[in-house]
Amino acid sequence: MAERCAVIGIGQTKHDVKRTDVSLPGLLREAVDRAFADAGVGWRDIDAVVIGKAPDMFEGTMMPELYLADALGAAGKPMLRVHTAGSVGGSTAIVAAQLVQAGIHERVLTVAYEKQSEGNAMWALTVRIPFQQAIVAGAGGYFAPLIRAYMRRSGAPEDTGVRVALKDRQNAPKNPYSHLVFPDVTYEMIEGSPMLWDPIRYMETCPSSDGACAMVLASDAAAKKARHAPAWVHGTAMRSEPTMFAGRDLVNPRAGRDCAAELYRKAGIANPRKELDCAEVYVPFSWFEPMWMENLGFAPEGEGWKMTQEGATALGGDMPINASGGVLSSNPIGASGMIRFAEAALQVRGLAGEHQVPGAKRALGHAYGGGSQFFAMWIVGSARP
Amino acid sequence: MPLRDVAIVGFAQSASVRRESSKNEVEMLMPVLREAKRQAGLRGSDIGVTVSGSCDYLAGQPFAFVSALDAVGAWPPIVESHVEMDGAWALYEAWVKLQTGEADAALVYAFGKSSMGDLPEVLTIQLDPYTTAPLWPDAVSLAALQARAYLEKTGTSERDLAAVAVRSRRAAAANPMAQVRASADVDALLATPYLASPLRTHDCPPISDGCAAIVLACGAAVKKSAATPVWIRGIDHRIEAHALGVRDLAASPSTRLAGEKAGVGTGRIDLAELHAPFTHQELILRAALGLGADVDVNPSGGALAANPMMVAGLLRIGEAAARLAGGAGRRAVAHATSGPCLQQNLVCVLERD
Repeated sequence: MAERCAVIGIGQTKHDVKRTDVSLPGLLREAVDRAFADAGVGWRDIDAVVIGKAPDMFEGTMMPELYLADALGAAGKPMLRVHTAGSVGGSTAIVAAQLVQAGIHERVLTVAYEKQSEGNAMWALTVRIPFQQAIVAGAGGYFAPLIRAYMRRSGAPEDTGVRVALKDRQNAPKNPYSHLVFPDVTYEMIEGSPMLWDPIRYMETCPSSDGACAMVLASDAAAKKARHAPAWVHGTAMRSEPTMFAGRDLVNPRAGRDCAAELYRKAGIANPRKELDCAEVYVPFSWFEPMWMENLGFAPEGEGWKMTQEGATALGGDMPINASGGVLSSNPIGASGMIRFAEAALQVRGLAGEHQVPGAKRALGHAYGGGSQFFAMWIVGSARP
Repeated sequence: MPLRDVAIVGFAQSASVRRESSKNEVEMLMPVLREAKRQAGLRGSDIGVTVSGSCDYLAGQPFAFVSALDAVGAWPPIVESHVEMDGAWALYEAWVKLQTGEADAALVYAFGKSSMGDLPEVLTIQLDPYTTAPLWPDAVSLAALQARAYLEKTGTSERDLAAVAVRSRRAAAANPMAQVRASADVDALLATPYLASPLRTHDCPPISDGCAAIVLACGAAVKKSAATPVWIRGIDHRIEAHALGVRDLAASPSTRLAGEKAGVGTGRIDLAELHAPFTHQELILRAALGLGADVDVNPSGGALAANPMMVAGLLRIGEAAARLAGGAGRRAVAHATSGPCLQQNLVCVLERD
């Protein structure tokens, strides 16, 4: 039987298109210092460091855990570096949590980041493998056909994506760390924005951000000494499936469904929409909100769009999704998954500030990556399990 | 919470070669994964977690590990993770997962095709991007700085280094998977020119393409397996500061600490597989782990005979386990390293019943 694990400290950077005011280690330290202040711990209290990020080529530093060891106070400690594509922020947190759940460490610092202004993420994401089909320019080029398939299958109203973007962009100004903030955003502004990868419009797309997120994870005993109320880990799950094979359902991938099923089993949840108070879901393009609502079992297949259209996913709805503004508002790729996990934890700790979901007791954090094939999720709660 | 006893029940590797030009990573991995699982006597459905180690910069493209998943047969979807580190750290992550009780058997694999780039230059990109990498110090030159510091501090001679190479290469003659097999004697090696003083070619590892896989099991999965279990009695890893100027390059405090935590000193060690890509590093590591002259070091030939990047550390664990399972000893230490001049080190103590 595994030990309990709690989130006792959370820190994020101000996410922005170019953080030219900080170096790579400076960016991480901004998040770590805030997580330490939240947790009331210092470098001496940390037993191990687990870092995660998406491809090293985004910044041009190979295996950067080696270079970052100094800035993260890791000298003399164990340090791990996770890379599971876009889901990495989530899987990094899970690997860190396992170190506590296995009873190996008392307090683990976990950090995820991307400083995308050091490179060009769109072209780094345009993979050209010899003798294999090219996937056109950027992640949007890969995901747009999946959205088209979803629209055809579900018969969702054409403006569902616009409504998701409007909701997330209305949430973003409530989060002090958001990269993209449009205080006066309107439906017409999003609908009228240029089409990038049909049906994905400019304002329905995530930005490319510089940013980092850090968490201090702690054992039962260490959580008792924390400065603020912890968020308890009620369950974690990961699933992967291959990129391509005949008959694979890329719109509603089995890896995501299996991952959610295991997660609910571990957390003792029978009806996720009823029993969870909110969720932070990895939505890099607006239409992925309804798609993941179905994949996560919040809505029956073909009906995820109804949650968006009915306002269920808005702050104030029965299942607020991405009250933080989500990936559409801040997207340092390697950190985006951990931000989802951390924002879920902030909600159940009651520390989400202006974007707090009133009375949130249990929340889900979700991340996915690759060709909708890698999934990492956790459920955190205010109650000690 | 008491730790669970975890055993290595399967180990397979490809031959290490200078250039694997006919097979991609998936094609290299498939027979290796199949053989490791065959030895373990476990089926895909018995494997509760899969963890791999590799590096995008060897393939020269982002997400290089994603297509490698095709070698695993991840359908129905599997519990899977990846570290951008040597496979030895993938094994550590899998061991941690087994400790949580969420799985009873794990598949660990690593792969690396260094032949696709200029490896010493590629490794330069590991360095501090603001102050060190722009000077383009290659990996061999940095190792030479460390070797010089070690020779001057300890009075060790270049002849002593050559003796490490001769012993290593001759041991590799019995290892069909090794790349550099058999050796001239010390005098002949010392007559060759420096590559980067005080290092000569024989002091440096070959550049290798290769892959390896290990199957871990605990509890009922060990009983189900047909293999002789080799138990992981202790495993720990530590990193040091990155800036070369703040480290004592002639010693390896992170190896010493990891060795203490893994319990190296709590019993007699029969053999050791040390991930020492350079001759002087083997001597530094021996000292850090307190290994005496009676310990059989790198009976496989070690990284001086075959050094597939991201794999060579995992290979040490597999080679040591395979030798124990074959009756070559009862207790062994296996070691893996990462980063310039032994910056990060993992130590694993293995034992057979």
